[in-house]
Formats: sequence, C-alpha cells, structure tokens
Amino acid sequence: MPAAGVVLLATVVLIVLALVYYLVSTILALREITNGLDDVIAGVGEILEKSAPVNAVVNDINANLDAGVDLLEGLLVKKAGLHDALGLVDGLYPGAAAAGFRRFPESATITPPRIGEVYTKGTLTLARLGREAPIALANPAGPVLRNVEGGSLAARLLYPEGRQERPENLPRSPVIGADAPTQYEQREDVGQPRKRLPGR
Amino acid sequence: MTLWWIGDVMLLVVVVPVVVYLLNGVLTTARSIVPSVRRIATVAQAGSKDLDATALLLTTQDQVAQTVAGVANYGGSLDVILDDAEEA
Repeated sequence: MPAAGVVLLATVVLIVLALVYYLVSTILALREITNGLDDVIAGVGEILEKSAPVNAVVNDINANLDAGVDLLEGLLVKKAGLHDALGLVDGLYPGAAAAGFRRFPESATITPPRIGEVYTKGTLTLARLGREAPIALANPAGPVLRNVEGGSLAARLLYPEGRQERPENLPRSPVIGADAPTQYEQREDVGQPRKRLPGR
Repeated sequence: MTLWWIGDVMLLVVVVPVVVYLLNGVLTTARSIVPSVRRIATVAQAGSKDLDATALLLTTQDQVAQTVAGVANYGGSLDVILDDAEEA
C-alpha cells in the first residue's frame, strides 16, 4: 500500500474516532437533558394539578366579597343617604370618596360633604374616637380627641362640664370597731343580759 | 500519486478541523442546556411546593362565605334598628 493510502486511512480513522467521541458525549448530555425535562414535567404537572381549582375558588370568594360590599354599601346609602354616606366615608378615610361607591356609579361625581356638616358633634366625636380611624390620628381642627396609644380618661372631656364635676374632698369612710374614735349605737344595754327573753 | 497526497492534506487540514469544530459546537451547546434544565426543574419543584397552600383556599372560601353571611345578618338587624335616610 502506498504511503499516501496509509495516511488517508489514518485520517479517516481519526475522523471516525472524533465522531465517536463527540457523538457519544452529545448523547450523554442529551440523556441528562431528558432526565431533567422529566423532572420539569413532573413539577409542572403538580403545579397544574394544584392550581386547577384556584380559579373557581377565587371567583367564588370574589363573588361573596362583592355581595358583602354591595350589602354594606347599600345599607350605608339606605340609612345615611348617598350624599351623607359619601361624607361619612370621606371623613373617616380622606380621599376615599373620590372613587365613589361601586354599586352607585353616580357617587363618583358627587362632592362629598364635610362630615362635621353632615353629622352631629357626637357622631363626629365617635368617629374620631375610632381606633383605626385616620381622623383620630390627624385632626385638622386641633389635637386628637383620643390618645390612641394610651389615653383613656380623655373621653371624660367629651361630656358636658357639669357631669365631670366632683367634690374635691369626699367624706371619709367611717371607722368602725371597738377602737373607733366614734362609737355608733352607744347604748348601755348593748352587751348586757337581755331584759326579756325572746318568745315569752 | 500527487493527487492522493493533495487529498490527504486537504482531509487533514480542512475536513478534520471542520468536523471537530462542528461536533465540538454541538457538544458544547448540549452541555450548556443541562444546567438550565436542572435549574428549571428546581424552580418547577419549588413552584409546586409554593402551591401547597392552595388547599387552604377552600378554608378561605368557607370563611368568607360565613363572614359575609354574618355581615348580612348584622346588616339585616341594623336595617331593622336604624331609620332610613330621609328622602331629599
């Protein structure tokens, strides 16, 4: 065999070896990819299985919440009237009236009245006393009526002055007993034999 | 004979490098996919674990229904107790 033929043969063998090495390596990598994709498919299958009922459940929850919102909005509007209800909501949550009531689209166009103009001072006070009401924390007219962190006696100031008045010094409680400075029922017959026995 | 040698040289200098280059590219690409697939599998399993709490949605559903029913009862009572707004 001529030398050129030997070189050709060796080159072909070299090419075949390279093909074998790279193709086997590629096959192994593709097998790893297949195994990984099996894990992915299993995980995605679990996700699909677990998320399948979510849509129906969330829709049901939303429907219930919508019904609750409609109920409360309807009750508030029925009892306070649309105009005053907006003022009440805006007084408790400033700016909330801009969005209006969901069930009453026309409410978005109404300018909410100030809560002080709608309700009596007592109602406004009650609203300010609300622990969660923003107006209790930031009252534009002055200091808050209630210290939401620790105040408890401030509510006394809400009542007319006459109901708060108390005597500066209440009479002390009487001291009783044998050693009391003032003996009550100072009768000489106390402790003596009975003059007349009961039942006779 | 000269053509044989020319063919050998072409095979060694051109064909072998091209074959090796192409196969190496395929192998490198295939190997680069493996870590990505592993990360995707990890994320899919983590996502599946995150959805374990979806079963609690059924409890939430019941709670919301009961709460709204309670609100409806209170609302009905308030409707009876409080006067309606005066017609403007």
